[in-house]
Parts: sequence; structure tokens; C-alpha cells
Amino acid sequence: MTSTFLPDKRSGPEAGRPPAPTPPGASPGRRRRRVSHWLTAVSFQLPALVLFLVLVLLPILFALYAAFFRWGGFGMPSDYIGTENFTRLLDDPVFLGDLWRCLVLVVLSLVLQLPFALAMAVLLNQRMRGRAVYRMLFFAPYVLSEAITGVLFGMIFAPDDGLADQVLGGVGLDGLGGEWFADPSMVMATLFLVMTWKYFGFHMMLYLAGLQSIPRELREAALIDGANAWQRFRGVTLPLLAPTLRISVFLSVIGAIQLFDLVWVVTQGGPDHHSETMAVTMFQFGFKRYQVGYASAISVAMFGISLVFALAYQRFVLRRDLQGATTTMRGGGG
Amino acid sequence: MGDPALSRRGFLAASTAAGLGMTALSGCGGDSDGGSSSGTTTIEWWNISTTQPTKDVWAALAKKFEARNPTVKVKIVQLENDAYKSKMTALIASGKLPDIFHTWGGGVLKQQVDAGLVEELGDRTKGWADGLLPVAKEPYLIDEKVYGIPFDIGMVGFWYNKALFEKAGVTTPPATWSGFLDAVRALKSENVTPLALAGKEKWPGMYYWAYLAMRVAGADAVQKAADEKDFTGPEFVEAGRKLKELSDLRPFQKGFLGAAYSTPTGQAATVGNGKAAMELMGQWAPVVEADAGKGLGDGLGFFPFPAVEGGRGAITEVFGGGGGHALRRGAPQAAVDFLKFFASAASDRELVKKTGVLPVVPAAESALTDPNLTSVQRQLKAATGFQLYLDQAYAPAVGQEVNDSVAALLAGSKSAEQVAESITKVAKEAQ
Repeated sequence: MTSTFLPDKRSGPEAGRPPAPTPPGASPGRRRRRVSHWLTAVSFQLPALVLFLVLVLLPILFALYAAFFRWGGFGMPSDYIGTENFTRLLDDPVFLGDLWRCLVLVVLSLVLQLPFALAMAVLLNQRMRGRAVYRMLFFAPYVLSEAITGVLFGMIFAPDDGLADQVLGGVGLDGLGGEWFADPSMVMATLFLVMTWKYFGFHMMLYLAGLQSIPRELREAALIDGANAWQRFRGVTLPLLAPTLRISVFLSVIGAIQLFDLVWVVTQGGPDHHSETMAVTMFQFGFKRYQVGYASAISVAMFGISLVFALAYQRFVLRRDLQGATTTMRGGGG
Repeated sequence: MGDPALSRRGFLAASTAAGLGMTALSGCGGDSDGGSSSGTTTIEWWNISTTQPTKDVWAALAKKFEARNPTVKVKIVQLENDAYKSKMTALIASGKLPDIFHTWGGGVLKQQVDAGLVEELGDRTKGWADGLLPVAKEPYLIDEKVYGIPFDIGMVGFWYNKALFEKAGVTTPPATWSGFLDAVRALKSENVTPLALAGKEKWPGMYYWAYLAMRVAGADAVQKAADEKDFTGPEFVEAGRKLKELSDLRPFQKGFLGAAYSTPTGQAATVGNGKAAMELMGQWAPVVEADAGKGLGDGLGFFPFPAVEGGRGAITEVFGGGGGHALRRGAPQAAVDFLKFFASAASDRELVKKTGVLPVVPAAESALTDPNLTSVQRQLKAATGFQLYLDQAYAPAVGQEVNDSVAALLAGSKSAEQVAESITKVAKEAQ
């Protein structure tokens, strides 16, 4: 907030400099001017603030409030039950399973999906024929909506009649076919396969952008110094790509915590809860069973997990990338 | 950039106009409360008939009603099934319902009644509503008071592929549970998938448990268990055991746990394409089988859920439901008149002939020609007991728990005892 907003004759040499904290005993004129600047800033922010308040902050606070009630969603919550919804949450095998499945997805993403995306990015960063076509093809699934992806793969992995089983049968690998989404022990693997198909292109694009910002000279210098391909990758590319990697990991984890659409369309969390995520459980209780209080508790838990993760990640992992951002309290930034 | 002041003024003018427009619109909405200055009453009618030919037939009936009642306008609002349910949830929270709205009766209607939003129709429909098929009116009776008028009624039973039954040497549809299990074994030995089931959607699995509970305990005992919120009686455990007995024969199609109901690879299509011999489904089954798959036409037959040996429930007790209309509290007389018109013999004949519903007015039965639907109708007329779909009869949390725990039983992760216990637990919690 600088004072350049308004042509203010009195600002003189101070124009363009951020207002310093008012020293004790400042002149009343300066203080009045500061107040008017402050008011100007607030009036510019007001529309956005009001929208944020009404559409983001109030619903969050209301969910937090409703989580302490047994509430069916009709009228206002009135049956206060303290923390019962939260203790029930920790006893609910489905919710505990959700947490476990979330962890599985995060680990699988970090160990398989992102390295795969990185490998593709490095590959497509080389000079090769049809490079743009490949990039576009690999990115295309990300543009599809979750619902379309879900319906599509629901058909592909239909037992016996689906494309997957037909192709496997056609090349004599019937044994590898299976019940895919219908088999409790296979559903998470199948789901992860679909998620990888859909999202690796997005991460690949992030990495490509990161790779292109690495100066060629550095790699050339390493080459002249006699570094082999792996050493150049390990010693030059990877460290310089680290900020992009950190952001991509962040997006991937948050995405896993909030996963809903794809699961809902393909399996609705089934069979027998084996692919259910926190968001699916919340939907079941909120919109199918009308136990809105309990559903609020689930959403508060989801919010809490995301928030703690986001803050911790920013504080400890992204610190160097985001110097001066909200969590460090160092102000100014530099 | 032009003159910013002017464009800002233009924006202000536009937003003022929009604001006024909104006020005017909401003013119009308010009018539907009851007559306006010109003496016409507008009644708002919310339904879920978004598919043809029903959509046109209903609109034509509304026109006919308007022609007979020149001072009444019928405003039709049509929403797709799930959209309707979520829209109604929002309306209930706001406390104001449409004049006439679609209802399935049971637990959801009871919640709306308890919230004081629904008109009690007993006195206002006396005379003409008495003649309607008794079993059709059942879902809308709450504490013995009438809160809705049916336009459709149906029941769940087994729809079977006659050719596949013949192939397996099953000449007459089984009337007992052990006969049914024998038929399943016979079909399996001919490499025919006996049953198709949409495991992903859970409600089709619930039908088995509900019918078994009715056959073992009797419809009255099922009602009593719901009233007392206690399903732990030995009959309900026995129902679960019988279902386990069936699922241990592995009678369902491959991958049934992930199958949907009406998709091209779902339950209805599996039967409609001749890949499974039977499904347990409501009276709409032939239509969906032909829509999602090829359909079996005359090759499709119907038989009621078999009786369980030693059980207290008769084979004539039916499990099902239909569709009806309820009125918001304080709805104008014109809305009641419309319900009367809609449930008249002439209207019902039109509905039966053109939209494939079963008659609720006895005088409209002559319009029924399909042999399968005629046999469903015969069952319904002879019904000695009735139970509404459990996921509609019970409070939503309880209904979903029934679906969920029966699905767990079929997936092998819950025992018959655990099913009875978890339903009881949720029923007790749900006040």
C-alpha cells in the first residue's frame, strides 16, 4: 500500500515509499493522512473482502460451528453434543481407512507418478522430432474433466467386456485381466493408474517450464568439466529444478487429500469402502444421510489436515522459494 | 478507453435495473401464494418427469386442467431426479415448498411433515381419494394421516429370462427359497450367470435383505422393528444368513461389486443382453433393460419373491413403492382440485396407456395391456401386506445404513449379526 494512489500535494518527498509505523507523538496532520490512506486502501479491497468473507470464511466458520452439533441440515443446529462428532470420527473405521488410503495415494504419487512425470519432462526437453505433439498428447488428459475421465475408465475397466480385458485377452494375457474397480484388493491400484494417466501431464508441464529456465551454459560448463549425463542431471538439473519440484509435490499432496470427483464417478467409494476418500465419506454423510453435523466434522478434519500440511510445508520446505510470504512474519521481503 | 465516468454511470444504471428486475421477479414469485389482482391463481407444480413421453403427456394434462378451470394457471417446473432431491433439500431449509411437489412418501416425507411444511390432505380429499388402490396410498400415510396422493405404484420382484430358465431345465418359476436356490444351482451348472446385481449402487442389494426379512419375519414385524428401532431380533439375523447362503453360491455376474444399475455395462443391461438370467427389480425393469441393453421383449417373465420355508411372511406381501404428489402447507384449493383431476379415471387411463405406470384408479385397469405389468398389477391388488423401499421408508441415515451394511455383507466383510446390529445402532442414534 503506497501513497501513490491519490495525487496528494502534501505527500511530497514521501510519495512512493511505504508508510512507516506512526512514531509516538507524530503530528495530527500526518495521522489524519494515514487514516485517509488506510480508508482508501480498505475501500478498494472491500468488494473482494466481502466476497471472501461471505463465500469462504463464513462457510468455514459455520462448518466449524455445526461440527459440534447433531444436525440434520434442517433449520439451525440446536442439539449441542460437544466433541462427540470428533471422537466418533476417530472411532469410525471408514474414516481411519480414508486417512490410510490418502497416505497410500500420497506415497504412490511421490514414488511413482512424479518421478515418471520428471522422466517424461527430461525426455521431452531434448531436441527430438514431434516433441510438441508428444507434449500436447501427454497434457491432454489433464484438460478432460474428472467426470468424463471417470465414465471413460469405468467403461475401459468393465470386467470382461471392457477395453482393458479385451485387449489383454486379445494378446493372450487373459490372466492379467481382472475385476479392476470391482475387486476390493485391486481398486486402489486401478484408481492410481487412472490418476497417473490424468495428472502426470500436468506435473510434466510444470517440470518442462522449470527445465527451460535452467541456463544452458551451466550444463555446458558441466559437460566441459567432464560430467557424465547422470552427474549433469544430479548435480545441475535437479538442484535448479528443486523449486518446481517442491511446488509440484505440494499440489500433488493437497490434491490427494481432497480427491473426490473421480472416485465418486467411478466407484462411489466402493466396493465396500475400499476406495473411499475423506471427501467421499463427507458427501455420504452430508448429502445422503443428512447427518450434516458429522459431515461438518469430517470437513473440518480435512481442512485441518490440509492447513497443517500447507503451513508446515511452506514453513519448512518452501521457505527459500517463498521468502517474505505470509508464514515467515519477517515482513518486507527482499 | 472512452469516458470512464460515462461507463461507470452506465454500469450503475445497469446494476440498478438488474436490482429492480430482481425485486420484480421475486414479487412475481410471491404472487403464487394465492390469487392475484386479476383473479387467476397460479399453482406451481414440481415434478421429476423429464423424460419423454411422460413430459408431454403431463404438460397436456395440465393444459386440459387449465381449460376446465379458466382462473387457474399451472406452472410446471421439471427437474431431473437427483437435481430435484438436492433442490428440495435447499427449499426445506428455507421453509417454503412449491404448491404441488413430487414425493415418494416414507421417511423423507415424514421429515418434511415434521418440519411443518406439508398439508394434511385427509379432509380435503375425502370422497374421491377413498377409491384409489389401497396399497398405492400406503407410502403417504404418516401416523395414519394422508399427506400425498399417488399417481404410480409398483413392486419389486424377480424378472427372468425365459429362454435361459428353459436351458437350465427350470420349468416353473420357484415359489420357495430352497426352490430358488436350486434354480440358481441349475443355472450355474449350465454356465449361465443366475443373477445380475449393481453392487456399486447398493440399493439393489438392499432389496434382497428387505424381502428376506419380510418373508422370515412378516411385513408387520418389519414395521414393528422400524417403529421400535430394533432390528436385532433373530428373524433379521436369519434374513442376513439366508442372503449369505445365496451369495455363497456366487450367483452374481463377474465384477458385480463395481457394477452400476442403468449404464451400458450395468445390472439392467446384463439381463437385457441375456448375459444373466434374473434380476430383483421394480416394475420399471423391462423399460430400463431395453434402454440400457437390447431388452428381452416377450422373453422376459416376472415372479414374486419366493416364500421362505417356516417364515411368517406370506408370498403375497409386497415390497415396493411408487410416486405421488404432496402439497405445501396452506396450498390453495386449486392445488387440491388439480390432484383430484390428476387422479381421475380419465387422467389415470391416459397415464397408464402412454407413460407405462401402473393404475392407481381401479377403473383405469382396462388400459393396461403389457402381460408382465398385468401380472405385477395382479400381485399388487392381491397384496396382503406392504413395505415401502427401506431407503425411503426410513430416515435417510437409517436407509443408507441398510444399503451400506447389506453391501458389506455381499462383499463378505460383515456377518448377518453385524448387519442387524449396525442398522439398529444407526436407527437408535437417529432420534
